[in-house]
Amino acid sequence: MIMGFFRKHPQIAFVLLAALLLALPFLVGAGLGKSWVRVLDFVLLYVILALGLNIVVGYAGLLDLGFVAFYALGAYVYAWLASPHFGLHLPFWAVLPLGAALAGVFGVLLGTPTLRLRGDYLAIVTLGFGEIIRIFMNNLNAPVNITNGPQGINLIDPVAFGGFAFAGTHTLLGLKVSAAHLYYYLFLAFTLATIFVAMRLQDSRIGRAWAAIREDEVAAAAMGINTRNVKLLAFAMGATFGGLAGGLFASFQGFISPESFNLLESIMILCMIVLGGMGHIPGVILGAVLLTVLPEALRHIGDIQRAWLGQVVVDPADLRMLLFGAALVLMMLYRPEGLIPSRQRKREFHAEDSVAEQEQASLYDARG
Amino acid sequence: MSLLEVRDLRIHYGGIEAVRGVDLAVEEGELVCLIGANGAGKTSTLKGVLGLVAHSGAVRYAGHPLKGLATHAIAARGVALVPEGRGVFARLTVAENLDMGAYSRRDRAGVRADLDHVYNLFPRLFERRAQTAGTLSGGEQQMLAIGRALMSRPRLLLLDEPSMGLAPLMVQKIYETIQAVSREGVTLLLVEQNANLALRVSSRGYVMESGAITLSGPSQELAADPQVRAAYLGE
Repeated sequence: MIMGFFRKHPQIAFVLLAALLLALPFLVGAGLGKSWVRVLDFVLLYVILALGLNIVVGYAGLLDLGFVAFYALGAYVYAWLASPHFGLHLPFWAVLPLGAALAGVFGVLLGTPTLRLRGDYLAIVTLGFGEIIRIFMNNLNAPVNITNGPQGINLIDPVAFGGFAFAGTHTLLGLKVSAAHLYYYLFLAFTLATIFVAMRLQDSRIGRAWAAIREDEVAAAAMGINTRNVKLLAFAMGATFGGLAGGLFASFQGFISPESFNLLESIMILCMIVLGGMGHIPGVILGAVLLTVLPEALRHIGDIQRAWLGQVVVDPADLRMLLFGAALVLMMLYRPEGLIPSRQRKREFHAEDSVAEQEQASLYDARG
Repeated sequence: MSLLEVRDLRIHYGGIEAVRGVDLAVEEGELVCLIGANGAGKTSTLKGVLGLVAHSGAVRYAGHPLKGLATHAIAARGVALVPEGRGVFARLTVAENLDMGAYSRRDRAGVRADLDHVYNLFPRLFERRAQTAGTLSGGEQQMLAIGRALMSRPRLLLLDEPSMGLAPLMVQKIYETIQAVSREGVTLLLVEQNANLALRVSSRGYVMESGAITLSGPSQELAADPQVRAAYLGE
C-alpha cells in the first residue's frame, strides 16, 4: 500500500528519500554509534565498486575476478600524488580523475589480451591480473621504493576544499560534524553520479551492444557491432569506477597497503552483484549495502553471546564468516536470481505469471 | 561483376584444413545454395566471407576486397548473417532483437518501415514482441533470426541451415519467407544440409565435400545429377 502511494506520488517519495539520505549519518551516528558512520561510508564506496564491476559482468557478461586491481590502482595513484611518500600534495580534484583514468587505461590493457576468452578462461586470466597488481604493490619497494611494500603508504592527505580539510571535527551550523560525516556526503555525491551514469549506459546504444555481446558474440558482430571496441570499453568503464573508488578509499582511510586489495575483495564485490541481481542497478545497490553491513553487524555476535550465555562461547570473528557463508548458500538455493532481479532474470528462474504461461505454451510448435 | 566473389578460400583450424580452396560467385539478385554433408566446410566458408575466422584467399563484395575488414565493417556494408542455430539474443525481447538488427543504421524512418515489414512477414513475432527471445519456439527463433537480419536492410543475406531442427510445417513457412525475401531483390546465399529443399528454391547451387566444391551448376541440373541424387537426395 505504501509502495502504491509512492508510485502515485513520485515527488513525495523523492523528497523523503533525499531527506533520509541527508539525515542518515546523523541518525545512524546517534542510534548505533560513531563507528557506524564509517560503515556507511564504506557502503557507498562498495556501491560504486559494485556498479563498476556490474558494467563488466552484468552488462557485457565478462566474468572479471580481478576487479580489485583497479581499486588498488586508483588508491595507489592517490597515495603517490597526495602523501609524504613522494612529498607530493596535489589536490584531490586533480588526483581522483588521474587515478580513475589510469585504472581505465589498465582496464584496456587487461582487456586486450583477453578479447578472445570467455567464461572460466576469462575468469582465470583476470584473477591472475588482480593478483599480479597486488604482488607488484607488495614488492615494488626495492631497488626504488615506489609502493613502500607491505608496510603500505601512510599519512595520505584527506580531501580538502581550499583550506577546509575532511579531518578532525568541524562545527557547521551548530552541528558537530566529523570527517566520517563529511566523507559520507562526498561519497554520496559520487555514488549518485555513478548510479546516473550506470543507468544511462544501460539504456544507451553501447548498453544494447553490451547486452548483444553477452548473449551471442558472433551474432553481435554480424549485426555490425565492433565487438573488440565494445568489450574494451566495458573493461575501461568498469575499471574507471574501480579507480575512482580506490582514490576515495585512500583519502578516506589515510593509509593503504596491498593487504586491502586481495582476491577476497574481488570476490566480495562479485557476490554483491550476484546476490542483489546481476545487471540490475537497484539489485546491485542492495547487494552492496547488505554485504557491507552484514559482516559489520555480525561482529556484535560476541555481545549477544555475552548477554544470553554470560560468556563468549565462539569467537565472533570465526562465526561471522560462517554465518555469512551460510547466508550466501541459502540465497543461491532459494533466490538464485538475486534479491531484486531484472524482469528477464526473474522470469527465467520463476515461470509463474501469465506472460510466462504464454511463453511456456509457445514452446510447442504444433500450431505452426 | 558478381556481388560476392570468393577465390581460393582456405581456412585452417589448427592443423586441420576445413576449407581447401573454395571458389564461388553469387550474382546480384540471385538465390544460390551451398549444399553438403555435416562437416563439409559450409559454415566455415560463410565465416570466412564474414571475416569471423582467419583465412587466406580473396573475398570480393560488390567489387571491393573484404580482406582485412572486421566482421562489423563487413556487416555495415550490407552483408547480413542468419547464424547456424539462430543465434538470437536470448535474454532480450523480440523487439529488442529486431532493434539490434538495425544497429548500424541511422535512418530512423527506414528502420520503422522495415520493422513493420518484418512484422508483416512474421505476424507471430509481432504477437510475441515483448517476450524474451529465449522463450520462443525453435521456429519462432528462426523467424526472429531472419527478421533481425532483414532489419539491417541487407544487400547480401547469408543463411546458415535455416531448416535445422524445425518441424516440417515450420520449415515450409521459413522457406516461403526465404523465397519472398528473394523476390524482393535481396541476394541470398543459402547453406543447407537439406539438399532437396535448397535445390528446389535456388537457381544455382554448389556441392561441397571435405572442404572443396565438387560440383556446381543450375539447381535443376544438380537435382537431376545421379551423383547428387545418390549422395544427398537419398536415392
